[in-house]
Amino acid sequence: MIIKVLGSGCSSCKKLEENTKKAVEELGIKATIEKVTDFKQIMAYGVMKTPALVVDEKVKIMGRVPSAEEIKKYL
Amino acid sequence: MVNVISQIFSWLNNEILKMNWLSNLIRGLVENVFGLSIKERLGGSVHFFIYDTIKIFVLLSVLIFLISYIQSYFPPERTKKLLGNIKGIKGNILGALLGTITPFCSCSSIPIFIGFNAAGLPLGITFSFLISSPLVDLASLLILMSFFGAKIAVAYVVVGLILAVVGGTIIDKLGLEKYVEGYVKEIENVDVEVIELTRKDRISYSKQQVKEVFHKVWLYVLIGVGIGAAIHNWIPESIIEAVVGNNNPFAVLLATAVGIPMYADIFGTLPIAEALFQKGVGIGTVLSFMMAVTALSLPSIIMLSKVVKPKLLAIFVAIVSIGIVIIGYLFNAFSFLLV
Repeated sequence: MIIKVLGSGCSSCKKLEENTKKAVEELGIKATIEKVTDFKQIMAYGVMKTPALVVDEKVKIMGRVPSAEEIKKYL
Repeated sequence: MVNVISQIFSWLNNEILKMNWLSNLIRGLVENVFGLSIKERLGGSVHFFIYDTIKIFVLLSVLIFLISYIQSYFPPERTKKLLGNIKGIKGNILGALLGTITPFCSCSSIPIFIGFNAAGLPLGITFSFLISSPLVDLASLLILMSFFGAKIAVAYVVVGLILAVVGGTIIDKLGLEKYVEGYVKEIENVDVEVIELTRKDRISYSKQQVKEVFHKVWLYVLIGVGIGAAIHNWIPESIIEAVVGNNNPFAVLLATAVGIPMYADIFGTLPIAEALFQKGVGIGTVLSFMMAVTALSLPSIIMLSKVVKPKLLAIFVAIVSIGIVIIGYLFNAFSFLLV
């Protein structure tokens, strides 16, 4: 599973990354988490409000920071 | 029947939005517990400070929650699709309207600008959106109702929307597409499927927005209320009247010029505006100040400078500033209808 956290360094983007790492750990699945900060790459996903979460190239979460529990649903 | 409805509405406005009961409660606290008279300077400012701070924080929490819930249905990605096929002034009107309900922070202005542009939206429609977004939103409407009454609040929203539509249309007519930065035009449009949120997701998002906004603005609110209290009780009316009162024909210009470079949330400027208004400053002058603070700010101008060339940026700032000044003078002239 390839997970990408889209966002350019604001505090909500960091929070999303943390919550995602927690969700992955707690589920015990094998996944790589990449941080994408270049906004051209972010826009290539059609996302206009960061932070966003992309799982295996599909955008699952846009413009908000769900808890680790909620993120598990999308993994 | 109409009488009953208007009475109910008055009651709602006075007790729920204005929170008269809170003002009376705090008055009891200041007079009976602190032993200060409201009519004296110290007692008056203490009352103003406590009452206004509580009122703003309560309104802030409730309003941001409700509005975020509504806004969760309108992420910018959906707005882009909705605006995609509409041309002409209808597009500017829809863009301005959607600007009011799409959640917006200046950090998204660049992606939104690029995204709308890549989707083929005319430049003017994007600008109608970008003008109305920070200027008019549901939270400001309700907050203005609470502080200034329904007539002024509704007039502010209507006039703000007109400014957004006219500003965007002018930009369209001037044909300024060539002043958009080159790299912006090279980005291809990507439509993303808007994910439907469950009710639980929306509630969690709304709660989070309340925390975030609170975190961002609490200091501005306290500072704003502090300044408001000083104006309310300590600065003599004569000085205020001389500087921004109705006898000064440049009051609106001054208020706008001071407001433009300021970066403060509407929640922070409200107590200042309220205190000035109570001291007899014209409603137009007060509204111009608030509009100038919210519609234009140094951070948003810096953001826009990265996606448009200086000439377009200057035209945008000029249109919005002139619009605000005109609105200010109009409101002052017609204030007898609204106050």
